[in-house]
Amino acid sequence: MDARQVALQRLFYGALGVLSLAALGVGLAMAGASGLAFALFAVMTLGGGLMCVWERSVVRSAFCLMATFTGIAGFFVLLEADFLAMAQILIYVGGILALLLFAVMLTPPDLGERRLSRVFAALVLVGGATLWLGIEVARTARWAVHGAPLDGRAEGVSSAERIGVGFLAVDQYVVAFELAAVVLTVALVAAVYIARRRKADLEPEKGDAV
Amino acid sequence: MGLGAYVAVSAALFALGLVAILARRNVIYILMGIEMILNAANINFVAFNRFGTMQLDGQMFAIFTIILAAAEAAVALAIVLNVFNLFDSVKPSEADLLRE
Repeated sequence: MDARQVALQRLFYGALGVLSLAALGVGLAMAGASGLAFALFAVMTLGGGLMCVWERSVVRSAFCLMATFTGIAGFFVLLEADFLAMAQILIYVGGILALLLFAVMLTPPDLGERRLSRVFAALVLVGGATLWLGIEVARTARWAVHGAPLDGRAEGVSSAERIGVGFLAVDQYVVAFELAAVVLTVALVAAVYIARRRKADLEPEKGDAV
Repeated sequence: MGLGAYVAVSAALFALGLVAILARRNVIYILMGIEMILNAANINFVAFNRFGTMQLDGQMFAIFTIILAAAEAAVALAIVLNVFNLFDSVKPSEADLLRE
């Protein structure tokens, strides 16, 4: 790493830190403790995503995604979806991230791949488009929103129990549940079939000799 | 925090995922970008479920998204490994067998 890259790295992380502290302060000032929690999870989610896009090394990017997934689990807790928060941590942080790290470890590193011009151009383009879309939606959309917590819900029943009943009740999601099971089985068997090594790969010397 | 804050965070995460797909020349970044985009959609599902009049439908949709994302990640890893075996590279622009 030459001096310019070190300076860029410091600049990026300094700006990220200042922005994070500012976001935490704004959250605390706007809505107290719940605002602080929301700001913390937002900083984890978006900061992790930003670092993933920024970092040169794929390994670091993959580990930055861990912050993103954990922050989203925090959002699920704030949104009273505790079962989903648990599933998020189990499946994303424990499963999909491990798969991604396998993919990282089994392919060669390429540190010269990041082009800052491309990253900035994509950031400006996509960020601008999203910002414009967000402003348009915020200007025109009218949500039918219930504000109060837990309104219309069965009190005292955990969401895990209600999700389990929803999966198995005949008039709810049982068909989709069975379909998801079939899809998962087929996909995993297919993944093993695609990724397995052929016999020819396992005996290269013999093939070379003949 | 209201619904708007969650939707804003979700939109920003979606944009970051799209940037990861567009800006980086590595198949693994495409996978990461897809995961970020799916997670952004999940935040929206759960937030609308929490603030809307639905019973539990948003959370159900989010669970099915997670299930399909897990299947997608497994198949995508297998495909990435095969692409690397075939082309000795993980750049998406070098996998051009069908282009000729």
